[in-house]
Amino acid sequence: MSLKTKALLNSLWVYHLSCGSCNNCDIEILDCLTPRFDIERFGIKLVGSIRHADVLLVTGIVTKQVLPRLKRLYEQAPKPIVIVAVGACPCSGGIFAKSYSMAGPLDKVIPVDAYIPGCPPKPEAIIAAVVKLWKKLGK
Amino acid sequence: MRELFQYLIFPGAVFTVCVGCLASWIDRKVSARVQWRVGPPFLQPFYDIVKLLGKETTIPKGASRATFLLCPLVAFASVILVSTLLWRIMLSPGVSYVGDLIVVIYLLTIPSLCLVIGGAASANPLSSLGASREMKLILSYELPFILVLFVPVIQARGALQLGHLMIFQQTNHLAVFSLSGLLAFIVAILCMQARLGLVPFDAPEAETEIIAGPYTEYSGPPLALFKLTGWMSLFVLPVFLMILFMGGINFSGIHLLWGILKYVLLLVIIILIRNTNPRLRIDQVLRFFWTRVFILALISVILALAGV
Repeated sequence: MSLKTKALLNSLWVYHLSCGSCNNCDIEILDCLTPRFDIERFGIKLVGSIRHADVLLVTGIVTKQVLPRLKRLYEQAPKPIVIVAVGACPCSGGIFAKSYSMAGPLDKVIPVDAYIPGCPPKPEAIIAAVVKLWKKLGK
Repeated sequence: MRELFQYLIFPGAVFTVCVGCLASWIDRKVSARVQWRVGPPFLQPFYDIVKLLGKETTIPKGASRATFLLCPLVAFASVILVSTLLWRIMLSPGVSYVGDLIVVIYLLTIPSLCLVIGGAASANPLSSLGASREMKLILSYELPFILVLFVPVIQARGALQLGHLMIFQQTNHLAVFSLSGLLAFIVAILCMQARLGLVPFDAPEAETEIIAGPYTEYSGPPLALFKLTGWMSLFVLPVFLMILFMGGINFSGIHLLWGILKYVLLLVIIILIRNTNPRLRIDQVLRFFWTRVFILALISVILALAGV
Protein backbone atom coordinates (compact mmCIF):
# COMPACT_ATOMS: atom_id res chain seq x y z
CA MET A 1 0.00 0.00 0.00
CA SER A 2 1.43 3.39 -0.93
CA LEU A 3 1.81 6.14 1.65
CA LYS A 4 -0.83 8.23 -0.09
CA THR A 5 -3.45 5.48 0.16
CA LYS A 6 -2.49 4.72 3.76
CA ALA A 7 -2.85 8.39 4.69
CA LEU A 8 -6.23 8.57 2.95
CA LEU A 9 -7.49 5.49 4.77
CA ASN A 10 -6.38 6.83 8.12
CA SER A 11 -7.94 10.24 7.73
CA LEU A 12 -11.34 10.05 6.04
CA TRP A 13 -13.07 13.42 6.47
CA VAL A 14 -16.80 13.06 6.02
CA TYR A 15 -19.20 15.57 4.52
CA HIS A 16 -22.72 14.66 5.50
CA LEU A 17 -25.50 15.51 3.06
CA SER A 18 -29.10 14.93 4.06
CA CYS A 19 -31.05 14.84 0.79
CA GLY A 20 -34.51 14.31 2.16
CA SER A 21 -34.18 12.03 5.13
CA CYS A 22 -36.40 11.63 8.16
CA ASN A 23 -33.40 12.40 10.42
CA ASN A 24 -33.07 8.84 11.77
CA CYS A 25 -29.97 7.99 9.75
CA ASP A 26 -28.44 11.38 10.61
CA ILE A 27 -28.79 10.65 14.32
CA GLU A 28 -27.21 7.22 13.86
CA ILE A 29 -24.26 8.83 12.06
CA LEU A 30 -23.77 11.21 14.97
CA ASP A 31 -23.92 8.16 17.27
CA CYS A 32 -20.68 6.94 15.72
CA LEU A 33 -18.90 10.00 17.10
CA THR A 34 -20.10 9.52 20.69
CA PRO A 35 -17.91 8.02 23.46
CA ARG A 36 -19.45 4.58 22.98
CA PHE A 37 -18.24 4.13 19.39
CA ASP A 38 -15.80 7.06 18.94
CA ILE A 39 -14.97 6.69 15.27
CA GLU A 40 -12.39 9.50 15.58
CA ARG A 41 -10.02 6.73 16.79
CA PHE A 42 -9.58 5.97 13.07
CA GLY A 43 -9.15 9.60 12.06
CA ILE A 44 -12.71 9.93 10.78
CA LYS A 45 -14.32 13.29 11.46
CA LEU A 46 -17.16 15.41 10.15
CA VAL A 47 -16.27 18.53 8.19
CA GLY A 48 -18.52 21.43 7.24
CA SER A 49 -17.27 22.14 3.74
CA ILE A 50 -17.36 19.78 0.75
CA ARG A 51 -13.95 21.17 -0.29
CA HIS A 52 -12.37 19.49 2.75
CA ALA A 53 -14.17 16.17 2.34
CA ASP A 54 -12.94 12.72 1.31
CA VAL A 55 -16.29 11.03 1.80
CA LEU A 56 -19.68 12.28 0.63
CA LEU A 57 -22.21 10.66 2.92
CA VAL A 58 -25.76 10.75 1.58
CA THR A 59 -28.88 10.03 3.62
CA GLY A 60 -32.52 10.18 2.57
CA ILE A 61 -34.24 9.78 -0.79
CA VAL A 62 -32.85 11.76 -3.69
CA THR A 63 -35.75 14.08 -4.40
CA LYS A 64 -36.19 16.04 -7.62
CA GLN A 65 -35.71 19.20 -5.57
CA VAL A 66 -32.28 18.21 -4.26
CA LEU A 67 -30.99 16.53 -7.44
CA PRO A 68 -29.22 19.58 -8.97
CA ARG A 69 -27.60 20.44 -5.63
CA LEU A 70 -26.39 16.85 -5.21
CA LYS A 71 -24.81 16.86 -8.65
CA ARG A 72 -23.21 20.22 -7.95
CA LEU A 73 -21.76 19.03 -4.64
CA TYR A 74 -20.30 15.99 -6.38
CA GLU A 75 -18.65 18.26 -8.95
CA GLN A 76 -17.35 20.63 -6.25
CA ALA A 77 -15.71 17.87 -4.22
CA PRO A 78 -11.92 17.59 -4.58
CA LYS A 79 -11.05 14.21 -6.06
CA PRO A 80 -10.58 11.43 -4.98
CA ILE A 81 -14.00 11.39 -3.33
CA VAL A 82 -15.83 8.36 -1.96
CA ILE A 83 -19.63 8.23 -2.05
CA VAL A 84 -21.47 6.35 0.70
CA ALA A 85 -25.23 5.79 0.76
CA VAL A 86 -26.58 5.43 4.30
CA GLY A 87 -30.02 3.91 4.90
CA ALA A 88 -32.63 2.23 2.77
CA CYS A 89 -33.70 5.44 1.01
CA PRO A 90 -30.55 6.29 -1.00
CA CYS A 91 -29.77 2.57 -1.51
CA SER A 92 -33.06 1.62 -3.15
CA GLY A 93 -35.68 4.24 -2.47
CA GLY A 94 -37.14 2.37 0.50
CA ILE A 95 -40.82 3.00 1.08
CA PHE A 96 -40.61 6.10 -1.10
CA ALA A 97 -39.54 4.17 -4.22
CA LYS A 98 -42.80 4.94 -6.05
CA SER A 99 -43.10 8.52 -4.79
CA TYR A 100 -43.84 11.31 -7.29
CA SER A 101 -40.92 13.39 -6.01
CA MET A 102 -38.37 10.58 -6.22
CA ALA A 103 -35.46 11.12 -8.66
CA GLY A 104 -34.21 7.53 -8.42
CA PRO A 105 -31.85 5.76 -6.03
CA LEU A 106 -28.51 7.47 -5.46
CA ASP A 107 -26.53 5.20 -7.83
CA LYS A 108 -28.69 6.36 -10.76
CA VAL A 109 -27.29 9.87 -10.21
CA ILE A 110 -23.66 9.52 -9.04
CA PRO A 111 -21.36 6.46 -8.66
CA VAL A 112 -21.71 4.93 -5.18
CA ASP A 113 -18.81 3.17 -3.43
CA ALA A 114 -20.57 1.71 -0.39
CA TYR A 115 -24.16 0.95 0.51
CA ILE A 116 -25.30 0.75 4.14
CA PRO A 117 -28.86 -0.63 4.17
CA GLY A 118 -31.15 -0.39 7.19
CA CYS A 119 -33.92 1.89 8.37
CA PRO A 120 -31.97 3.31 10.13
CA PRO A 121 -28.69 1.31 10.07
CA LYS A 122 -27.15 0.68 13.48
CA PRO A 123 -23.84 2.41 14.30
CA GLU A 124 -22.26 -1.07 14.22
CA ALA A 125 -23.45 -1.46 10.63
CA ILE A 126 -21.92 1.90 9.72
CA ILE A 127 -18.59 0.89 11.29
CA ALA A 128 -18.73 -2.45 9.41
CA ALA A 129 -19.20 -0.46 6.22
CA VAL A 130 -16.13 1.63 7.08
CA VAL A 131 -14.09 -1.59 7.38
CA LYS A 132 -15.36 -2.81 3.99
CA LEU A 133 -14.56 0.58 2.50
CA TRP A 134 -10.99 0.36 3.81
CA LYS A 135 -10.57 -3.06 2.15
CA LYS A 136 -11.95 -1.74 -1.12
CA LEU A 137 -9.85 1.43 -1.15
CA GLY A 138 -6.72 -0.43 -0.05
CA LYS A 139 -6.67 -2.44 -3.27
CA MET B 1 24.07 29.23 4.61
CA ARG B 2 23.77 28.82 8.37
CA GLU B 3 20.69 31.07 8.43
CA LEU B 4 19.14 29.01 5.64
CA PHE B 5 19.70 25.82 7.63
CA GLN B 6 18.21 27.47 10.70
CA TYR B 7 15.17 28.64 8.73
CA LEU B 8 14.54 25.36 6.94
CA ILE B 9 15.63 22.67 9.41
CA PHE B 10 16.34 23.18 13.08
CA PRO B 11 14.48 25.93 14.79
CA GLY B 12 12.61 26.59 11.55
CA ALA B 13 10.36 24.63 9.21
CA VAL B 14 11.00 20.93 9.89
CA PHE B 15 11.29 21.26 13.66
CA THR B 16 8.26 23.55 14.01
CA VAL B 17 6.11 21.35 11.77
CA CYS B 18 7.00 18.26 13.84
CA VAL B 19 6.33 19.93 17.20
CA GLY B 20 3.20 21.57 15.77
CA CYS B 21 1.87 18.16 14.72
CA LEU B 22 2.66 16.86 18.20
CA ALA B 23 0.82 19.82 19.78
CA SER B 24 -2.18 19.21 17.54
CA TRP B 25 -2.23 15.54 18.52
CA ILE B 26 -2.09 16.46 22.23
CA ASP B 27 -4.92 18.92 21.61
CA ARG B 28 -7.16 16.32 19.95
CA LYS B 29 -6.26 13.56 22.40
CA VAL B 30 -6.87 15.66 25.53
CA SER B 31 -10.13 17.00 24.04
CA ALA B 32 -11.20 13.39 23.42
CA ARG B 33 -10.32 12.37 26.98
CA VAL B 34 -12.27 15.36 28.34
CA GLN B 35 -15.28 14.08 26.37
CA TRP B 36 -14.69 10.51 27.64
CA ARG B 37 -13.54 9.25 24.24
CA VAL B 38 -10.35 7.49 23.17
CA GLY B 39 -9.14 9.96 20.57
CA PRO B 40 -7.05 9.71 17.40
CA PRO B 41 -3.75 7.78 17.09
CA PHE B 42 -0.36 9.45 17.48
CA LEU B 43 0.32 9.79 13.74
CA GLN B 44 -3.07 11.36 13.00
CA PRO B 45 -1.84 14.92 12.15
CA PHE B 46 0.80 13.41 9.87
CA TYR B 47 -1.82 11.30 8.04
CA ASP B 48 -4.11 14.33 7.70
CA ILE B 49 -1.37 16.44 6.14
CA VAL B 50 -0.13 13.72 3.75
CA LYS B 51 -3.69 13.06 2.65
CA LEU B 52 -4.43 16.74 2.07
CA LEU B 53 -1.22 17.10 0.04
CA GLY B 54 -2.44 14.32 -2.26
CA LYS B 55 -5.85 15.87 -2.89
CA GLU B 56 -6.99 18.04 -5.76
CA THR B 57 -6.64 21.82 -5.42
CA THR B 58 -9.80 23.54 -6.55
CA ILE B 59 -9.86 27.24 -7.30
CA PRO B 60 -13.40 28.61 -7.24
CA LYS B 61 -14.75 30.46 -10.25
CA GLY B 62 -14.40 34.20 -9.76
CA ALA B 63 -11.70 33.88 -7.12
CA SER B 64 -8.47 35.82 -7.36
CA ARG B 65 -6.16 32.96 -8.24
CA ALA B 66 -2.76 34.31 -7.14
CA THR B 67 -4.02 35.83 -3.88
CA PHE B 68 -6.02 32.72 -3.07
CA LEU B 69 -2.99 30.44 -3.45
CA LEU B 70 -0.34 32.78 -1.99
CA CYS B 71 -2.12 33.52 1.29
CA PRO B 72 -1.56 30.07 2.88
CA LEU B 73 2.08 30.14 1.78
CA VAL B 74 2.77 33.57 3.29
CA ALA B 75 1.03 32.60 6.54
CA PHE B 76 3.09 29.39 6.75
CA ALA B 77 6.36 31.19 5.98
CA SER B 78 5.76 33.90 8.59
CA VAL B 79 5.03 31.38 11.37
CA ILE B 80 8.28 29.59 10.53
CA LEU B 81 10.10 32.92 10.68
CA VAL B 82 8.69 33.71 14.13
CA SER B 83 9.66 30.27 15.38
CA THR B 84 13.22 30.64 14.01
CA LEU B 85 13.61 34.06 15.63
CA LEU B 86 12.32 32.93 19.02
CA TRP B 87 14.39 29.74 19.15
CA ARG B 88 17.58 31.45 18.00
CA ILE B 89 17.16 33.90 20.88
CA MET B 90 16.44 31.13 23.38
CA LEU B 91 19.43 29.06 22.24
CA SER B 92 21.83 32.04 22.40
CA PRO B 93 20.36 35.27 23.87
CA GLY B 94 23.28 37.20 22.39
CA VAL B 95 21.80 37.18 18.86
CA SER B 96 18.87 39.27 20.06
CA TYR B 97 18.80 42.78 18.56
CA VAL B 98 17.06 46.01 19.57
CA GLY B 99 13.35 45.91 18.78
CA ASP B 100 13.00 42.21 17.90
CA LEU B 101 9.98 42.18 20.21
CA ILE B 102 8.25 44.57 17.80
CA VAL B 103 9.29 42.46 14.79
CA VAL B 104 7.76 39.38 16.39
CA ILE B 105 4.52 41.24 17.16
CA TYR B 106 4.25 42.26 13.50
CA LEU B 107 5.08 38.78 12.20
CA LEU B 108 2.51 37.16 14.48
CA THR B 109 -0.24 39.27 12.87
CA ILE B 110 0.57 38.07 9.34
CA PRO B 111 -1.16 34.62 9.56
CA SER B 112 -4.42 36.24 10.72
CA LEU B 113 -4.17 38.86 7.98
CA CYS B 114 -3.53 36.15 5.39
CA LEU B 115 -6.65 34.41 6.58
CA VAL B 116 -8.63 37.62 6.09
CA ILE B 117 -7.21 38.21 2.61
CA GLY B 118 -7.52 34.55 1.55
CA GLY B 119 -11.11 34.38 2.77
CA ALA B 120 -12.00 37.57 0.96
CA ALA B 121 -10.28 36.37 -2.24
CA SER B 122 -12.17 33.07 -2.45
CA ALA B 123 -15.42 34.47 -3.91
CA ASN B 124 -17.68 32.80 -1.42
CA PRO B 125 -20.17 34.73 0.74
CA LEU B 126 -19.48 32.57 3.79
CA SER B 127 -15.72 33.03 3.40
CA SER B 128 -16.19 36.78 3.22
CA LEU B 129 -18.31 36.66 6.35
CA GLY B 130 -15.61 34.65 8.11
CA ALA B 131 -12.95 37.08 6.89
CA SER B 132 -14.90 40.04 8.21
CA ARG B 133 -15.29 38.34 11.59
CA GLU B 134 -11.58 37.51 11.66
CA MET B 135 -10.82 41.17 11.03
CA LYS B 136 -13.02 42.20 13.98
CA LEU B 137 -11.31 39.55 16.09
CA ILE B 138 -7.86 40.96 15.25
CA LEU B 139 -9.10 44.46 16.17
CA SER B 140 -10.44 43.23 19.48
CA TYR B 141 -7.47 41.25 20.84
CA GLU B 142 -4.63 43.31 19.43
CA LEU B 143 -5.16 46.28 21.78
CA PRO B 144 -4.94 44.47 25.16
CA PHE B 145 -2.26 42.12 23.83
CA ILE B 146 0.16 44.91 22.90
CA LEU B 147 -0.64 46.71 26.16
CA VAL B 148 0.30 43.74 28.35
CA LEU B 149 3.52 43.19 26.40
CA PHE B 150 4.69 46.44 28.01
CA VAL B 151 4.58 44.85 31.46
CA PRO B 152 7.71 42.66 31.20
CA VAL B 153 9.41 45.48 29.27
CA ILE B 154 8.70 47.94 32.12
CA GLN B 155 9.85 45.40 34.69
CA ALA B 156 13.10 44.91 32.79
CA ARG B 157 13.64 48.71 32.79
CA GLY B 158 12.70 49.33 29.18
CA ALA B 159 14.62 46.56 27.40
CA LEU B 160 13.02 45.94 23.99
CA GLN B 161 15.24 42.92 23.27
CA LEU B 162 13.73 39.49 23.84
CA GLY B 163 17.15 38.16 24.88
CA HIS B 164 17.48 40.87 27.57
CA LEU B 165 13.94 40.24 28.83
CA MET B 166 14.69 36.53 29.16
CA ILE B 167 18.04 36.97 30.88
CA PHE B 168 16.59 39.61 33.22
CA GLN B 169 13.84 37.23 34.33
CA GLN B 170 16.19 34.28 34.71
CA THR B 171 18.56 36.30 36.92
CA ASN B 172 15.97 38.30 38.92
CA HIS B 173 12.48 36.86 39.16
CA LEU B 174 9.95 35.61 36.60
CA ALA B 175 7.35 38.14 35.48
CA VAL B 176 4.45 35.88 36.48
CA PHE B 177 5.58 35.90 40.10
CA SER B 178 4.71 39.59 40.52
CA LEU B 179 1.13 40.88 40.72
CA SER B 180 1.31 43.02 37.59
CA GLY B 181 3.00 40.20 35.67
CA LEU B 182 0.37 37.70 36.73
CA LEU B 183 -2.50 39.96 35.59
CA ALA B 184 -0.70 40.61 32.32
CA PHE B 185 -0.13 36.89 31.86
CA ILE B 186 -3.85 36.11 32.28
CA VAL B 187 -4.73 38.77 29.70
CA ALA B 188 -2.05 37.42 27.36
CA ILE B 189 -3.48 33.88 27.64
CA LEU B 190 -6.95 35.16 26.67
CA CYS B 191 -5.47 37.07 23.72
CA MET B 192 -3.50 33.97 22.69
CA GLN B 193 -6.73 31.94 22.68
CA ALA B 194 -8.32 34.53 20.37
CA ARG B 195 -5.23 34.67 18.17
CA LEU B 196 -5.34 30.90 17.75
CA GLY B 197 -9.02 31.18 16.79
CA LEU B 198 -10.09 28.55 19.32
CA VAL B 199 -13.29 28.29 21.35
CA PRO B 200 -14.68 30.60 22.85
CA PHE B 201 -13.25 32.99 20.23
CA ASP B 202 -13.77 30.81 17.13
CA ALA B 203 -16.52 32.96 15.61
CA PRO B 204 -14.57 33.39 12.33
CA GLU B 205 -14.39 29.63 11.78
CA ALA B 206 -17.75 28.71 13.38
CA GLU B 207 -18.37 25.43 11.55
CA THR B 208 -21.97 25.22 12.79
CA GLU B 209 -22.89 28.63 11.36
CA ILE B 210 -20.72 29.53 8.38
CA ILE B 211 -19.31 26.12 7.30
CA ALA B 212 -15.61 26.80 7.91
CA GLY B 213 -15.38 30.57 7.53
CA PRO B 214 -12.35 31.71 5.52
CA TYR B 215 -11.24 28.09 5.01
CA THR B 216 -14.46 27.11 3.21
CA GLU B 217 -13.15 27.14 -0.36
CA TYR B 218 -9.67 25.81 0.41
CA SER B 219 -8.91 22.21 -0.49
CA GLY B 220 -5.83 20.01 -0.84
CA PRO B 221 -2.32 21.48 -0.32
CA PRO B 222 -3.38 25.10 0.46
CA LEU B 223 -5.70 23.79 3.16
CA ALA B 224 -2.84 21.63 4.49
CA LEU B 225 -0.67 24.75 4.75
CA PHE B 226 -3.38 26.64 6.64
CA LYS B 227 -3.89 23.68 8.98
CA LEU B 228 -0.14 23.46 9.60
CA THR B 229 -0.01 27.20 10.28
CA GLY B 230 -2.69 26.80 12.92
CA TRP B 231 -0.92 23.86 14.55
CA MET B 232 2.44 25.61 14.51
CA SER B 233 0.85 28.67 16.13
CA LEU B 234 -0.22 26.29 18.88
CA PHE B 235 3.50 25.84 19.49
CA VAL B 236 4.92 29.27 18.65
CA LEU B 237 2.54 31.48 20.65
CA PRO B 238 3.01 29.66 23.99
CA VAL B 239 6.78 29.84 23.43
CA PHE B 240 6.49 33.60 22.85
CA LEU B 241 4.54 34.02 26.10
CA MET B 242 7.11 31.84 27.88
CA ILE B 243 9.93 34.14 26.79
CA LEU B 244 8.00 37.23 27.87
CA PHE B 245 6.55 36.09 31.16
CA MET B 246 8.22 32.85 32.28
CA GLY B 247 11.88 33.32 31.40
CA GLY B 248 11.87 31.10 28.29
CA ILE B 249 13.64 27.76 28.23
CA ASN B 250 17.05 27.30 29.83
CA PHE B 251 18.92 24.54 27.98
CA SER B 252 21.26 23.48 30.76
CA GLY B 253 20.51 20.12 32.40
CA ILE B 254 17.36 19.79 34.48
CA HIS B 255 16.18 23.31 33.49
CA LEU B 256 15.26 21.92 30.06
CA LEU B 257 12.65 19.64 31.64
CA TRP B 258 11.25 22.62 33.55
CA GLY B 259 10.98 24.53 30.26
CA ILE B 260 9.07 21.69 28.60
CA LEU B 261 6.75 21.54 31.60
CA LYS B 262 6.01 25.26 31.22
CA TYR B 263 5.04 24.70 27.57
CA VAL B 264 2.83 21.71 28.38
CA LEU B 265 1.14 23.72 31.13
CA LEU B 266 0.28 26.52 28.68
CA LEU B 267 -0.96 24.02 26.08
CA VAL B 268 -3.21 22.28 28.62
CA ILE B 269 -4.63 25.66 29.72
CA ILE B 270 -5.49 26.41 26.07
CA ILE B 271 -7.12 22.99 25.62
CA LEU B 272 -9.12 23.22 28.83
CA ILE B 273 -10.42 26.73 28.01
CA ARG B 274 -11.36 25.38 24.60
CA ASN B 275 -13.27 22.40 25.97
CA THR B 276 -15.21 24.11 28.73
CA ASN B 277 -16.61 27.16 26.95
CA PRO B 278 -19.34 27.92 24.42
CA ARG B 279 -18.69 30.10 21.38
CA LEU B 280 -19.14 33.86 21.81
CA ARG B 281 -20.72 36.04 19.15
CA ILE B 282 -18.28 38.42 17.50
CA ASP B 283 -19.86 41.50 19.11
CA GLN B 284 -19.57 39.84 22.52
CA VAL B 285 -15.90 39.11 21.81
CA LEU B 286 -15.28 42.74 20.90
CA ARG B 287 -17.05 44.00 24.02
CA PHE B 288 -15.22 41.47 26.22
CA PHE B 289 -11.79 42.47 24.99
CA TRP B 290 -12.32 46.22 24.83
CA THR B 291 -13.89 46.57 28.28
CA ARG B 292 -13.01 43.92 30.86
CA VAL B 293 -9.78 42.61 29.38
CA PHE B 294 -8.63 46.11 28.44
CA ILE B 295 -9.24 47.39 31.99
CA LEU B 296 -7.35 44.41 33.41
CA ALA B 297 -4.47 45.11 31.02
CA LEU B 298 -4.45 48.79 31.99
CA ILE B 299 -4.36 47.90 35.71
CA SER B 300 -1.43 45.55 35.14
CA VAL B 301 0.53 48.23 33.27
CA ILE B 302 -0.15 50.79 36.04
CA LEU B 303 0.93 48.25 38.68
CA ALA B 304 4.08 47.54 36.70
CA LEU B 305 4.86 51.26 36.54
CA ALA B 306 4.33 51.44 40.31
CA GLY B 307 6.78 48.57 40.67
CA VAL B 308 4.42 45.95 42.16
